Amino acid sequence: MAGLATTFGSGAMTNSIADLGQAACILAIGTNTTEAHPVIALQLKQMARRGGKLIVANPHWIELCRHATMWLRQRPGSDVALIGGMMRVIVDEGLADSNFIQERCENFDALRESLAAFSLERVSQITGLPQEQIREAARLYATSSSAAIVYAMGITQSSHGTDNVQALADLAMLTGNIGKPGSGVNPLRGHNNVQGSCDMGCLPNVFTGYQSVADGGIRERFEAAWGVSLNPKPGLTLGEIFDAAHDGTVKAIYLVGENPVITDPNAAHIEEALKRLEFLVVQDIFLSETARLAHVVLPAASFAEKEGTFTNTERRVQRVRQAISPVGNSRPDWWITVQLAMRLGAQGFSYEHPAEIMDEIARLTASYGGMAYHRLENGGLQWPCPSPNHPGTSILHREAFTRGKGHFVPVEYRGSLEQPDEEYPLILNTGRMLYHFHSSTLTRRVKGLRELHSEERVEINPQDAVSLGIADGDLVKVTSRRGAVTVRAKVAEGTPPGSLFMTFHFPDTVTNLLTQPGRDPVSKIPELKFCAVRVAKVA
Amino acid sequence: MAKVTLTIDQKTVEAEPGDPLLEVAKKAGVYIPHLCYMDDLPSYGGCRLCAVEIEGVRGLPLACTTQVTDGMVVRTDTAPVRELQRGVMETILSEHPDRCLTCHRKIHCLPNWICLRDDVVTDRCVTCAKNQWCELQQVSEFLGMEGTGRFYEEGRSWYGAREEIPLERENPFIERDYNKCILCARCVRVCDEVRGVGAISVTYKGDKARIDTPFGIPLHETNCELCGACVDVCPTASLMDKTTKWAGLPDKLVSTICPYCGTGCQLLLHVKGERIVRVSADAEGAVNKGQACVKGRYGLDFVHHPERLTTPLIRDNGAFREASWDEALDLVASRLGDYRGEEFAAIASSKCTNEDCYILQKFARVVMGSNNVDHCARL
Repeated sequence: MAGLATTFGSGAMTNSIADLGQAACILAIGTNTTEAHPVIALQLKQMARRGGKLIVANPHWIELCRHATMWLRQRPGSDVALIGGMMRVIVDEGLADSNFIQERCENFDALRESLAAFSLERVSQITGLPQEQIREAARLYATSSSAAIVYAMGITQSSHGTDNVQALADLAMLTGNIGKPGSGVNPLRGHNNVQGSCDMGCLPNVFTGYQSVADGGIRERFEAAWGVSLNPKPGLTLGEIFDAAHDGTVKAIYLVGENPVITDPNAAHIEEALKRLEFLVVQDIFLSETARLAHVVLPAASFAEKEGTFTNTERRVQRVRQAISPVGNSRPDWWITVQLAMRLGAQGFSYEHPAEIMDEIARLTASYGGMAYHRLENGGLQWPCPSPNHPGTSILHREAFTRGKGHFVPVEYRGSLEQPDEEYPLILNTGRMLYHFHSSTLTRRVKGLRELHSEERVEINPQDAVSLGIADGDLVKVTSRRGAVTVRAKVAEGTPPGSLFMTFHFPDTVTNLLTQPGRDPVSKIPELKFCAVRVAKVA
Repeated sequence: MAKVTLTIDQKTVEAEPGDPLLEVAKKAGVYIPHLCYMDDLPSYGGCRLCAVEIEGVRGLPLACTTQVTDGMVVRTDTAPVRELQRGVMETILSEHPDRCLTCHRKIHCLPNWICLRDDVVTDRCVTCAKNQWCELQQVSEFLGMEGTGRFYEEGRSWYGAREEIPLERENPFIERDYNKCILCARCVRVCDEVRGVGAISVTYKGDKARIDTPFGIPLHETNCELCGACVDVCPTASLMDKTTKWAGLPDKLVSTICPYCGTGCQLLLHVKGERIVRVSADAEGAVNKGQACVKGRYGLDFVHHPERLTTPLIRDNGAFREASWDEALDLVASRLGDYRGEEFAAIASSKCTNEDCYILQKFARVVMGSNNVDHCARL
């Protein structure tokens, strides 16, 4: 998100889900769309079915490859080199959209200079891809009438995730594939409301709508609206919060609906940090592994038991409606927080219904300015929607970029933090599968889903399996510099030689004991897709 | 292109040239019986039911494969049309158990009543979970069918004439009973043309023809993603949601958004009392247009899981004890009162609603004076 914000001025999906189906070409990179976003994958398949060109760039064979025109199997962590190489071809062969670059963008010369380092010889060496394949992919993308880029955590969960995203944004601007149907740079967000929770200011540096807490003018507006004076100092990010809890500078945490003991990198460190807190209150619908560490646990109502809105990955705000009464004595999350605020003597927390909260959000947030429950009845609205009659925005940056001119960022290739060596010769990649979600707090409580997949499997290429004497179904021990897990092996041709793949869905196999907490310096996203490990059969 | 004007049963209708007549009629509120046509997919012309009369056109063309033209005059409710449709239905029903259609007591019964009559016959309406919400039954009633007619009399009907096909219910979510299949091929088309999966197809020919997986292996061993799209389009009880097929008709349908990934699929929760008894994909969904995935469709049982937290818990001497809201809230408020500013952090959830999230960051900033608020966006 930070990457897109620098380049375009806004970090969200530029186009819409339905719009992807209309593209002439799609580059799907760092996304296993059929597993993680199955219904969005339908659009990619439709596009390919209609004769569109689908380029899949992924070290792993994924279901989408069946529908792809080209499958680029770049080495893990070499995305910047691949994209840089494609841009070099586009510039060298005169396929760039010079009108678009001149009228809509700035800093192109810096990008062009940086491309000097991306000769196809070097790119081919880094990515392991034949030069001809890179050339063909570049031509396919650049010469299609409209080309969209789709990416997910495979791009962002890396120590150079911001570089990855900026390179993709550069690629799109270079070919004029921004601000028109069937184009754009489209990050697919993981959770139902991860876009919304960012929009709502659940971030340490911004209020709602990405308004900086450090900006005096903005802070004054919020101070006036909320009737208090506000802290001008940006807060800590999630990882930093746990580090601070470990050091004892953060003493109390109010944690809602998350399970960091399972989902965060270097899980043992997180657990220790939470245990050191003076006070931990957890609000959740189940007694998660994290909730077990709490001093007080507050029972929350599930999505089916409350009114509200979610904002999806294409910025669409949609209505969540109550179907049943809260189970037992559980209560909606907003209600619980409001009760605490009132008990702590706060003013401005009296709401009868979530609709009133949305009205307050609309008053304080330009992009949500035209949102109100009665307008969201049929299909919702996509932000920016600044006024009560605004129809919402399906494609961003149509006339101009949010920040004015699109800013080319020079590309520079950096390797991942922890390269494989003699002791830890394999690369571990982590991800999701169709049948489970995140820490599986929800999905493992669904009998059928549990029946289908009840335990973790580490995927290993047949070559590696043979040389290590591992057979399908063998119990193996995967070890990294931070920890070890024991898990059954699945011999899978889709996994590239030299790599392993695991999900992080199963609490019995805490994959994140292995992953490394090294973060991207800008976005602070941990490098979950790349760490060095070794694997051996358990005797 | 300019719109065309046509007449359907004396109604004047405007439409885009080239639109399927069946679709145009549907939008104009004229029902033409059909069993294979599906919205948003190319016409298939498989069930042969949607015959109509068009002035100046020979025979009785199918409404689904006929493209509308300007000045077209269509009649859907004439004697020859209905006779042909009933004839087609007879052939279709000869492949399908029909007690649910022909029982003389049907009009007295409510869904899921236990029938004590006719209990020597194993195929009664009450033995079919789709009874009263079955598309085949609805079409049959619309056309006033009385059993399978001449096929029945000639002993060529479903009863006795066919070998029973064993049920396939090895996967946890979708049950397949091809004894009730009428070979409309909707499931095959939705799986291939909409989902891009193609786990099933029409296998064999003639009276042996049936829908199946490659080599007849169980569904979950194919590349099937168990999305349930085939169940949604099945006009009979051949494809059913395994766990909820007997849940009966819901009290209400509540349209809401799936709580799993960031796609934002709109789902219909079928609610009976205080329980969600079934979930289907909402055709009105802005993003998903009637599609969902295995998690959205079959993965919402967690709502009713016995391990749901139902009361506040307070840790006392290392173990949790149950507490009232007042006690728990008072305790949390008094403990949080000891911390201000940077000593405090709030961790929000991207599973919660915008309103929940807004209130939490407002709480951290206004009440606790801390900007230490974040969530798992980075994971």
